[in-house]
Amino acid sequence: MYALKYHRAKSLDEAKQLISQSEDPKIVAGGQTLIPTLKQRLASPSDLIDIANLPDFAGISVSGDTVSVKAGTKHFEVATSADVQGKIPALAHLAGLIGDPHVRHMGTIGGSLANNDPSADYPAAVLGLNATVHTTERQIGADDFFQGMFETALEENEIITSVDFPAAEKAAYMKFPNPASRYAMVGVFVAKTSGGVRVAVTGAGACVFRVPEMEQALAANFAPDAVASIKVPADDLNSDIHGSAEYRAHLVTVMAKRAVAAAIA
Amino acid sequence: MSGTGIGQPVRRKEDQRFITGSGRYTDDFQLEGQAYGYFVRSPHAHAKIKSIDSAAALAADGVVAVLAGKDLAADELGGLICGWMVHSKDGSEMKAGAHPALAVDRVRYTGDHVAIVIAETLAQAKDAAELVEVDYETLPSVSDGLKALESGAPQIHDEAQGNLVFDWELGDKAATEAAFASAAHVTKFSLNNNRLVPNAMEPRAAIGAYEPASGDYTLYTTSQNPHVARLVLSAFVQLVPEHKLRVVAPDVGGGFGSKIFIYPEETVCAWAAGKVKRPVKWTAERSESFLADAHGRDHHTDAELALDAEGKILGLRVHTTANLGAYLSTFASSVPTYLYGTLLSGQYNIPNIYVTVDGVYTNTAPVDAYRGAGRPEATYVVERTLDAAAREMKLDPAEIRKRNFISEFPHQTPVIMNYDIGDYPASLQKALELIDYKGFANRKTASESAGKKRGIGFSTYIEACGIAPSAAVGSLGAGVGLWESAEVRVNPTGSVEVLTGAHSHGQGHETTFAQLVSERLGVPIDNVEIIHGDTNSVQFGMGTYGSRSGAVGMSAIDKAIDKVVAKAKKIAAHMMEAAESDIEFADGNFTVAGTDKQLAFPEVSLAAYVGHQFPTDEIEPGLKEGAFYDPTNFTFPAGCHICELEVDPETGATEIVKMVAVDDFGRIINPMIVEGQVHGGIAQGIGQALLEHGIYEPESGQLLTGSFMDYTMPRADDLPHFDVGLTETLCPSNPLGIKGCGEAGAIAAPAAVMNALSDALGVMDIPMPATPHTVWSILQQTN
Amino acid sequence: MTTVSMTVNGKAVSEDVEDRTLLVHYIRDHLRLTGTHVGCDTSQCGACVVHVDGRAVKSCTMLAAQAEGADIKTIEGLADGDTLHPVQAAFKEHHGLQCGFCTPGMIMCAVDMIRRIPNLDEKTIREELEGNLCRCTGYQNIVKAIKAASEEMRA
Repeated sequence: MYALKYHRAKSLDEAKQLISQSEDPKIVAGGQTLIPTLKQRLASPSDLIDIANLPDFAGISVSGDTVSVKAGTKHFEVATSADVQGKIPALAHLAGLIGDPHVRHMGTIGGSLANNDPSADYPAAVLGLNATVHTTERQIGADDFFQGMFETALEENEIITSVDFPAAEKAAYMKFPNPASRYAMVGVFVAKTSGGVRVAVTGAGACVFRVPEMEQALAANFAPDAVASIKVPADDLNSDIHGSAEYRAHLVTVMAKRAVAAAIA
Repeated sequence: MSGTGIGQPVRRKEDQRFITGSGRYTDDFQLEGQAYGYFVRSPHAHAKIKSIDSAAALAADGVVAVLAGKDLAADELGGLICGWMVHSKDGSEMKAGAHPALAVDRVRYTGDHVAIVIAETLAQAKDAAELVEVDYETLPSVSDGLKALESGAPQIHDEAQGNLVFDWELGDKAATEAAFASAAHVTKFSLNNNRLVPNAMEPRAAIGAYEPASGDYTLYTTSQNPHVARLVLSAFVQLVPEHKLRVVAPDVGGGFGSKIFIYPEETVCAWAAGKVKRPVKWTAERSESFLADAHGRDHHTDAELALDAEGKILGLRVHTTANLGAYLSTFASSVPTYLYGTLLSGQYNIPNIYVTVDGVYTNTAPVDAYRGAGRPEATYVVERTLDAAAREMKLDPAEIRKRNFISEFPHQTPVIMNYDIGDYPASLQKALELIDYKGFANRKTASESAGKKRGIGFSTYIEACGIAPSAAVGSLGAGVGLWESAEVRVNPTGSVEVLTGAHSHGQGHETTFAQLVSERLGVPIDNVEIIHGDTNSVQFGMGTYGSRSGAVGMSAIDKAIDKVVAKAKKIAAHMMEAAESDIEFADGNFTVAGTDKQLAFPEVSLAAYVGHQFPTDEIEPGLKEGAFYDPTNFTFPAGCHICELEVDPETGATEIVKMVAVDDFGRIINPMIVEGQVHGGIAQGIGQALLEHGIYEPESGQLLTGSFMDYTMPRADDLPHFDVGLTETLCPSNPLGIKGCGEAGAIAAPAAVMNALSDALGVMDIPMPATPHTVWSILQQTN
Repeated sequence: MTTVSMTVNGKAVSEDVEDRTLLVHYIRDHLRLTGTHVGCDTSQCGACVVHVDGRAVKSCTMLAAQAEGADIKTIEGLADGDTLHPVQAAFKEHHGLQCGFCTPGMIMCAVDMIRRIPNLDEKTIREELEGNLCRCTGYQNIVKAIKAASEEMRA
């Protein structure tokens, strides 16, 4: 890790002030992606602004059919929350698949979404459930939030504060992990909500994406067979030593089919 | 002897410190005044070094020194050596290029050592290393062994034209050709043996220290054989005379072969300590382990098996290309030759075998012994090719094995080895029962109805262990003898210290060796201390690898105990005023035959040091004996592993549902520890078959699997529960009847898994590792 | 430099460290508690697992400064004097270790696992070990040890 200056923010305002005063700041919450990146010397921020200890920055609440997860909430809390398990079991299941138990004790939902790793799990849930991301400045719909590989709609001085997930009638997440890293090689989140059916895919491309053909097919018939023969084009998908683009494309169909089966089980 | 003697599952003495965090591994040492070293490594697979400018690094905060290859050369230090001479078919010696600890004018693989930056803190050393400006002129590189032999391939060492280090042969070519000419059936099979990265959990580390007043050097290092390290560093690198160098290998966190070798980093740390006159510590980051630990395997092989109409093997012909990496590591040349070709007879009566091996330089990390070392590769060739033959001839895989098993011993194979004893049908039979072979067909049907493909696969393997005897390995080109030493020191109070040249890095010697002493001398196991890993304590030893510590190391202890008992009997005879020939020793008591006179072991040991009760002009005082043990033959552990697995054809994912191992390791000292060794070996074998692969990018020579993010280490949920069983034929070549158990799992498992996968898919040609993507791709082609 | 203060194995500690100092290096190099190990540089192997405020975390993936004010427990603080923690005892009894390098992280992981999950079966234990690598044991006896300790601690 390159030398840097660490700051522990006591309030959101202080955090924003520290950000604006720093030459090249980075926000850290759980740090489970950022610290490894810094250790590899792949980034060299001048200042690290720690927002993990902000007051009232973590917690889960339910209001009507909405589950609200504050940005500093750890993956472990989401995975084991009775509220989440009750309202959106697929979300709890997904959170329990992130990293490993130790990572889930530290990593936060806000950190994961702000980072937008192409093979992270949370983006699939946010896009699949059409969640709303609340920030210090505004609220951003899922379709607008994810913009590309490690790219989001967040401005430099903007911090995620919470995420509102609408409950789904039926939902499930199916993940085929990369054998080595255990990140998603392909993860498919399928949800049937009052707003319609959504299918969100992570791991396969540069950024989480939806599959409209599958959504339409499932809207007509929410059953595994409805998506079993729908292929996504391999052209823009990731290809590496663990799997070709064609393989990933194939897995999208398989995981979508299995996610639907799990959702109706 | 009950409880703690031979054959008992004694809980390990060494565990107390490991489970409480009190182990002392190399990186745990902090020497007074210690500085930290960080290596500048080549980012290129192949390049000329035009210049190195370290001015900016030297000016950086905390930097003590920057040392490069020219500094090593100026001190006239020698390069690293390969200690096993292999000859080509034409009788010429292998063509080894120079192997400097720090590159002088050329780097030959990504991660090659260019300079060391020494600073007050590790962070400062690492910061400054980025300031060392190395001007490289990149050269074309080659990472694949077969491509390195093609005409026009980049030339890696001038000494080895066309990158061919040796073309070695073994066996009778003409007789084998004749066998093929008369065969009813010939099976041809080509296979890869994937490159593996050993990845002991403790990364390599070294601390060099120098004492100006005496000129003594001390090297703390993660070594499986500290004495050999000292010998090489003194006699070949010529760092300092042997008696002025102490090498300490304290607690070592796994080795699997990768810590046998004498590496550049430890060499440089020891030397640099003398240059900067203070201790220099280096600990590998895992990414450095990936780049610069010696890798394992990496073979391409074409095999042909000649059989008669009944499936009896008439001959085996094998050609292998072995990728040796960019430099010859310490024992690199022996692995694909004498540890490989000599095992190609497997458990079978094969009258004719002819094998040729091309050893090849490439722009990759050096390749050397990794758990099994040559024997997994041989087993894989034999067991896979035999399965291909069974499939072609429509024979049951168990049946074709039974038809070819060696049943009379000793058995001379056509490839040097003389098998002393074994019972191959017994281990196969027991394994068939454990896996319920008869029920397999029903289980397969059940899998099919659930949309899964089920397969079963066999591996009836053999290995040559207890790597020794000296005369034999010497005749095959080894630069060292492979005996082992022991010194048994009985203290006046009757407690015992054993100094052994073997080294424990997970094997549990502090317990098993103590069990032998406890059994033989009747001493409570807690009164036995096993001392190893420090050249200042132990006079000389050959270390631990090749499953040799039980068969060779414990036999040396046994011999030394014989001498202790003989001397103690003399003393007891004087004390009890009896004839020496009337003294009997059992359960820790000396008795006079036919009388009720007796002395406990501590009474005699005390007397030995007091010296009042026997004539010290006839018997020297004290009770301490040593032995150097050199066995008469290799040992030949063998057994049968059977794997049963299910493939999800939609994803290509493979799940091993049953894994059975029945092994004959000869006498078992501690069954709990033996089972643990088998478990670990199988895990690494499954890792090779399904998960692990060291991959270099063909164009750039960059290591693509350079961290645990891309190199798939077996995790707990990748592995099944292993059912382990034993059969026993006692080894006649050493006094304890031990054969060795450390490598069996890694040797046997890959072929069992891959044969099961072939059975499931109905396809023989599946490369390792059979990742989900690989399996899915094969299914796409066959559907 | 930054001043970090925390409680480690029940003892208050405070020291000036470089801001970039990882918690694991603070524990190993500054506090000289070398039972916590470093086995990788990509937050995968789990040799560095310690408990921070009662939960298992990877001390290589956290700055010492992030642990300001925290209550840390390392392998050295697990036993009650000379009495081994049941998980430590089970690892010895069931031969859950060979070279011992991954062991402290494994044990700290297991203690946390047993605390969180009431009835541990083999499958769950294997899944829960996702963040801890062992190269020696093939995990079989680690799983066995954790299961035995779990049953003993629930009894």
